[in-house]
Amino acid sequence: MKTDDTLLGDAKPNGAVKMSQFARLTDRFREITQPFIGPIVLFAIWWMAASGNWVSGNLLPSPISTFGSLWQSLVSGDMLTDAYATLKLTISAVAIAGLLGVPMGIILGSSKKLYQSVEFVIDFFRSTPVTAMFPLFLLIFGIDDSAKISVAAFAAWLVLLFNVAYGVMNAQETRVLAAKVMGASRWRIFKDIMFYDSLPQTFIGIRMAVSMGLVVIIVAEMFIGSIHGMGHRIIDAQQVYDLEDMYASILVTGIIGYGLNLLFLGLERWLVHWSGR
Amino acid sequence: MTTSKTSNRFVPGPPGTHITIRNLYKSFGTAPLYEDFNLNIPRQKVTCIFGPNGCGKSTIMNMIAGLITVDSGSILFDGKSLKDTRIGYVFQNYREALFPWLKAIDNIKYPLKINGRSNEECDKRAEELIKAFDLQFDLNRYPYELSGGQQQLVSILRALAPEPEVLFLDEPFSALDYEMTLMIREKLQELFRATKLTTVIVSHDLEEAVFLADEVLLLTKRSTKVAATIAFDASRPRNFKTLSSPEFIDTKSRCLEIFLQEVRR
Repeated sequence: MKTDDTLLGDAKPNGAVKMSQFARLTDRFREITQPFIGPIVLFAIWWMAASGNWVSGNLLPSPISTFGSLWQSLVSGDMLTDAYATLKLTISAVAIAGLLGVPMGIILGSSKKLYQSVEFVIDFFRSTPVTAMFPLFLLIFGIDDSAKISVAAFAAWLVLLFNVAYGVMNAQETRVLAAKVMGASRWRIFKDIMFYDSLPQTFIGIRMAVSMGLVVIIVAEMFIGSIHGMGHRIIDAQQVYDLEDMYASILVTGIIGYGLNLLFLGLERWLVHWSGR
Repeated sequence: MTTSKTSNRFVPGPPGTHITIRNLYKSFGTAPLYEDFNLNIPRQKVTCIFGPNGCGKSTIMNMIAGLITVDSGSILFDGKSLKDTRIGYVFQNYREALFPWLKAIDNIKYPLKINGRSNEECDKRAEELIKAFDLQFDLNRYPYELSGGQQQLVSILRALAPEPEVLFLDEPFSALDYEMTLMIREKLQELFRATKLTTVIVSHDLEEAVFLADEVLLLTKRSTKVAATIAFDASRPRNFKTLSSPEFIDTKSRCLEIFLQEVRR
């Protein structure tokens, strides 16, 4: 496309200006519309599959009735109650993980010896599916929200701890030396240089911790006695065979995950503006 | 480092010496890189260190600047230890040395801030430096928004901000294109002329070393000794005409001769 434009431009400059302006406009149009193609195609396939009975209607409701159900439960507010419950638990878990994980990660990362002595433990628990520890957390915290929050916080904390420590350990050595030559104290080097240099990796950790937290909360809501939350709603809809509501709830859960990721990505771009540059 | 105080055989340098290195020993692994190494670096002059690959020209400068510890021996600045001496250091790789979370201007002020200077003092000093270097770009940008040459200039200003007694430059041009190199060389020329700062430069380019130097320090292969110290006293500011002057060509070929002798040895 671009090479075509320049070829034309060489041949007849006047017409080429108009051409390239037009081409730029269509380029811009395409840039805006391109991201919508995937969702539209998916919607179309879903619609055809449902109406053409490619898949049994017992498994796949039509997208129209699903979005109808979604709209209704949003208007009536009961979907929002569940979404809010899930969001609240997820944010609480990540907040706890952050308050504990970031300072601990920084301490861990600034001492190679300390990190080496706990590396195995961290790696072991990072590799253990956190869902395997549900029963244990239930024993400790009982069957209420605190069990869900703590198990999600635990999983998110491990992810965060590892990433923050890694970020601090890999702080650019030249920058540390530069501050040292200026006569900066160890504390200043730590708070002015190593802390900032670890932030890009910390934010990667935060985003991983958020998605980990959401996964754990949804699963916990399904299986640890709940009266609300998206996980509870999805399994409830499945039990009573309300397919429209189940699909709508899955969509809303997806929107929560996507929204959270977008939120923290935006925060990262704003706070860690130098990342990757 | 304090051994010199206790040693009663400390030999002072000739008049005009700023930095004295005595009985320096440094090894990596088993083979010593520096053994019984002695050196005087003159005050208010530009000393360029040049030598064969692996002779440790950056290592000796980094030991003087305290970035690498010495195994034994003494390095003193007018008899003072490094702790009591203000130094400025310009790294080869400005991308890794500048603080990208601070604007260029705040990078320059940072060493002043950690020395506990007030905001007004910081502003004043930064203003002074910008004027002296005649900087034409926006220092309220972040380093990654500047060109390579501009970033290295910011590094140099940052090193100069606390009015150091000694300025170290580690291959300051090797990450820059030729145009930028010429521009920064010119700025450095002005600096040398105006401030008469004791300066140590490590260079891997002989022409550049001679061009910038008052004294070229030629090192041998390891274990490293001083092969020769060649003075070059063409007047400053030097320019492209200096490069074709007979004294420049003569000095450069003398340096090259010694260098080749050392490489072939």
